[in-house]
Amino acid sequence: MPTVVYVNDDGSQMTVDMPVATSLMRAALGNQVPGIVGECGGSATCGTCHVYLDHTTEKLDPPSGDEDDMLEWTASPRTENSRLSCQLVPTQESAYLVVRVPAKQV
Amino acid sequence: MRGVVVIGAGHAGIEAAASLRTGGYAGPVTVVDAEGHLPYQRPPLSKEMLDDQADPTGISLRPKAFFDDQRISLCPGPAVEIDRTRQQVRVESGHWVGYDHLVLATGATPRQFSLPGLGLRGVTELRTFDDALSLRASLAGAKHVVVLGGGFIGMEVASAARKRGIDVTVLELADRVLGRVVSQPVSAAVAAHHRADGVRLCLEERAVEVVGHAGHVTGVRTGSGQLLPADLLVIGVGATADDSLAGRAGLETDNGVVVDRCLTTSDPRIFAVGDCAAVRDRVTGQLRRLESIQNATDQGRYAAARILGWKRSYRAVPWFWSNQGTLRLQLVDLGGGYDRLVVRGNETRFSVFRLCDGLLTAVESVNDPGTHMAARRLLDRGTPTEAELILDDFDVRVLARRVLSAETAASA
Repeated sequence: MPTVVYVNDDGSQMTVDMPVATSLMRAALGNQVPGIVGECGGSATCGTCHVYLDHTTEKLDPPSGDEDDMLEWTASPRTENSRLSCQLVPTQESAYLVVRVPAKQV
Repeated sequence: MRGVVVIGAGHAGIEAAASLRTGGYAGPVTVVDAEGHLPYQRPPLSKEMLDDQADPTGISLRPKAFFDDQRISLCPGPAVEIDRTRQQVRVESGHWVGYDHLVLATGATPRQFSLPGLGLRGVTELRTFDDALSLRASLAGAKHVVVLGGGFIGMEVASAARKRGIDVTVLELADRVLGRVVSQPVSAAVAAHHRADGVRLCLEERAVEVVGHAGHVTGVRTGSGQLLPADLLVIGVGATADDSLAGRAGLETDNGVVVDRCLTTSDPRIFAVGDCAAVRDRVTGQLRRLESIQNATDQGRYAAARILGWKRSYRAVPWFWSNQGTLRLQLVDLGGGYDRLVVRGNETRFSVFRLCDGLLTAVESVNDPGTHMAARRLLDRGTPTEAELILDDFDVRVLARRVLSAETAASA
């Protein structure tokens, strides 16, 4: 099972083991990770599941053009490792990822 | 302390309940749910959920453990009576639940109308999780689908049916699709997208009879005399607010539970949020009722904040989206009419700017998420004038960048 460490803005952490082919947004909501809203349900439409992808053992596809366009307007500042977590879908059982959850999503 | 009772377990109701806990509310929180499923997201019902690959359990709003951990009690409904004097709600099973504050989040139900043959098997509407599962099963065996109504639901269902290779006809009374929500250029783009996808669009056309054989639909007869073959008829002609419970309790209703700008009904202990709430404009007195996820979640969150002592009135920029196959439609809409339209972009990716009296009131984006997001950020901060927009030839991204960086500089 892929493992994801969600690091909150206050420094607290949650480690979640998630099924493959699930997005980091869904895994966060399913495990009550605070700070990820996912208002649109995962269609890269609302920009409220923003994370900073600090580390990943699996090579993930870069943001699509639409995701890239959305990321410019997230509530917390964009950095070069900003992603929408609904678009981060690990497929390797051994994947290990660390994401930081920004202070603001809306 | 009796606590808070929320009637309705959709996006608005669950957001209200969850936000009460996030905000530190310690009393009992009860959500009365009429459907008997773990509360779920509604947008996927007309999109991903119609695909056989989709996991029906994957669309819950929160996991079961969330409700236990947060001490949010899910009470089987429906709620059948509100006793405002005793401040309690009766659920169908007969027991009463008391409240200090009541949040009505009863949603909307498909518009009812009469048409000969509507009772035939194979005629369906789409509002609930069960509706979606049943529609998905019907699509699996369907060859000809007729969709009544060219709104969001109708066009999304048309896309899902085409994805399965089913023959699809959409009947729309107006002269264009999505006419209630978008301007003509976007309607035209949406129509072109669906026609290219193989959908037959019959505009300015009504259904006059559903024809059947042995109790099952076989076709739809139209006003112009066509008989369209159909083994499945999907009705998507809009929704009306579920305000009957409020009406029976003596609260003011008018296609929606009437609320003021603090989302409070004519009873100060009772709020209404989401699809069922008709917000009265303080200046014009006009009612505005919105059916969208953004409206449901923002209003749910606001009602919770209000119960926790927040004093400001409700304010949010309304936005909507619809995915129809590869077409991505995003709208931000302050409401009201328009006297001018400006279109920027190309055939496959563009935005329409609606202006009224020289002010921007709405932006409709087709496959143009950057413009949509920039417009939302701008409208959050105020209404740009046409003069401001002309400076950057309506590139709201440039204007929004300037406004946001000025804000950052001012707060530094």
